[in-house]
Amino acid sequence: MLRQILAVSSMSLRSIPQRLGTSLVIVVGIGGVVAVLVALLSMSKGFEYTLKGTGSDARALLLSAGVTAELSSYIGPDSVPLLRELPGVRRGADGKPLASAEIVVITELRRHGGDVNVALRGVEPAGIAMRPEVRIVEGRLFRPGLQEVIAGRSARQQFSGLQLGARLQFRGSQWTVVGIFDSGGDAHESELWTDADTARSAFGRPGASGVLAELAPPDPATALQTLKNAVTADPRFQVDVQTERHYFTAQSQGFTEQITLLTAVVTAIMAFGAVFGALNTMYSAVSARQSEIATLRAIGFSGLPVMVSVLAESIALALAGGAAGGALAYLLFDGMSVSTLGQNFTQVAFSFAVTPGLLLRGMAWALAIGLIGGFFPALRAVRLPVADALRAG
Amino acid sequence: MKYFALVWATLWRKRARTVFTLLSLVAAFLLLGLLQAAHALFSLGSVNLAAPILITQARVSFTSPLPLRLLPQIEAVPGVAAVSWSQFFGGVYKDPKNFFPQFATVPERWRRVFSECRLPEEQFQAWQASRTAAVAGRELAERFGWKVGERIPLQSQIWPRRDGDRAWTFDLVGIFDDSAKGSCARVGNMYIRYDYFDEERQFGRGNAGIYVLRLQDPARAEAIGRQVDAMFENSPDETKTQTEKDFTLNFVRQIGNLSLILYSILGAVFFTLLLLTGNTMSQAVRERIPELAVLKTIGYADGTLLALVLAESLLLCTLGGLGGMLLSVLAMRVLAKVQMQFPPFHADLRVWLTALASMLLLGLAVGLPPALRAGRLSIVDALAERR
Repeated sequence: MLRQILAVSSMSLRSIPQRLGTSLVIVVGIGGVVAVLVALLSMSKGFEYTLKGTGSDARALLLSAGVTAELSSYIGPDSVPLLRELPGVRRGADGKPLASAEIVVITELRRHGGDVNVALRGVEPAGIAMRPEVRIVEGRLFRPGLQEVIAGRSARQQFSGLQLGARLQFRGSQWTVVGIFDSGGDAHESELWTDADTARSAFGRPGASGVLAELAPPDPATALQTLKNAVTADPRFQVDVQTERHYFTAQSQGFTEQITLLTAVVTAIMAFGAVFGALNTMYSAVSARQSEIATLRAIGFSGLPVMVSVLAESIALALAGGAAGGALAYLLFDGMSVSTLGQNFTQVAFSFAVTPGLLLRGMAWALAIGLIGGFFPALRAVRLPVADALRAG
Repeated sequence: MKYFALVWATLWRKRARTVFTLLSLVAAFLLLGLLQAAHALFSLGSVNLAAPILITQARVSFTSPLPLRLLPQIEAVPGVAAVSWSQFFGGVYKDPKNFFPQFATVPERWRRVFSECRLPEEQFQAWQASRTAAVAGRELAERFGWKVGERIPLQSQIWPRRDGDRAWTFDLVGIFDDSAKGSCARVGNMYIRYDYFDEERQFGRGNAGIYVLRLQDPARAEAIGRQVDAMFENSPDETKTQTEKDFTLNFVRQIGNLSLILYSILGAVFFTLLLLTGNTMSQAVRERIPELAVLKTIGYADGTLLALVLAESLLLCTLGGLGGMLLSVLAMRVLAKVQMQFPPFHADLRVWLTALASMLLLGLAVGLPPALRAGRLSIVDALAERR
């Protein structure tokens, strides 16, 4: 039986070149579905990677209670020094708490085709020391008290006018770009950083958007709980405490959900169309092979090998299409950097990420379409009345 | 027309094949309809922002509020008919999914600047009479089934009250309409009173937010915008003034290059479709060559045969296309009911024209090669089934 299946299937697969035109319909149709599926999902994957790769579980972010983004958070100047001194915050070699009261404001930078919102983050010296992932790759760090900024690497790529030495005008005064920093491709790379006090006075906001604090070793999770308890116990604070990584992970949710929904709708509709294309192709393949199939049946081959041979053909074509679609998406989109508006209402740059998981998912769709598109024609191939089919040929 | 029966009959010669091809076409045009509508939504194609209104925001960003003291200078600019200001409130109504914009503004100024919006006089009086009063656009009120008298709780993401609480409650006293259809782009918004808001908020008091300028002459928008910005140049309160339309479009543009993504998808879909339908058509003609030869023998001209095959392919594409477009209209109706996050969107004339053009083009592209072949048939070869 197995030999029969193999023999008939290889015969049908070898005859594909004779039906190249119709066979291409399956390959291209399924290739299109898979390419669109993989491309769209690689976009949300890339966005997710960028945000989930931002921050650390060993640092806590304190924001005003009930807000979902740093931009809408504000902690008054009276609370900031108190928050720094809370238990659970790690202390540096000098005995001072490792905490950075940071201020985030939106600035508008020019980009061809309209202005874009870019976050300007005022960081305290501790904020630089606490983030070992941040490295200056060009120029130098800003100096406190001077209107100097450093720009993230992604920001410099995405927005114009951020090269070293460039001048930016915010609130009537000139700021100079003195350095470019790399933070491993995370969300901060889409920002501009400056000294916290300089930003506070320039933008007239004496408090902080949030306080970033390094959690005390040895166990950051315990320290986080200690810090949370301390904040809840003190009625002076209306502050939420979460790990920095938790905050940034949550920021990717909205976008990821929307893209997933869009992908589901688009893919389902396209797959629906591709199934009928596959059915058409396979029915015509069966009718082209009808005398061959009838001959096989006449000389004693059973129904199963014939059925398998039709299915094998449609699956082979579908997988070829899936592979082509996946490859196309990979070649066109993998690593492409774009930026979009994040939860903070500022641009977040990220790169499309075509992962093996996504490619597998594409192949699974291809397989499913190939199976459905091959099944009914295969059934018909088996049911062909042998005598009629022989005569028709 | 007299050939319609013939074309119709040949179309259904192989019923299964035609049905499958039609269903593929339906899927493709359903997608076209939906994506085009989404595109129109994001490019604000369906929103009318033609009112002569300028928005003056802080140069550094619209989120940095401008102080109230700029008002007299802006009001003094010749050509400015009325000035209002508004502060984005950022409230969440029950669930973040229920997003809609709310602004704190001054009723009297609001009425003069947004003169396309019609609020009944007694409702306007009620708005002026009570500090916690608010008005909502018709579209917004209908979305949540609000009636006048409704109490609307909002959790502000930006503004805590003096006691640190973020929960605010407003009384809906009025619902405003469009005076002419589509001229009041604000029917999805809610407006609260600035005086109450400013006194109640914990920080930022005395800041106006953004200024909204109504002009006497829309043609002078650019000049007036430049004049306003020039007044505050090199001050800490540098401004950026642009038309309301540009202001709104810039939000959408910032989401990223959506059109590129949408058009790439559509391109992929149509390329696939072209191949699929083209294949069906050429198969249909190939099978019929002896029949076509018979028609030719009994006197059908080359041109007629060509037209017949072309008509068949156009009919196929139009049938599938119209089916898909109708389905997309239905789908959008359902979506507008289910998905509250988006304002209702409709396939406008442009979407339909694009779809019709696509159907014709597709029909021609897939029909022409087999049609030419049918036209050029040599009767003897065809009857002898020499292909």
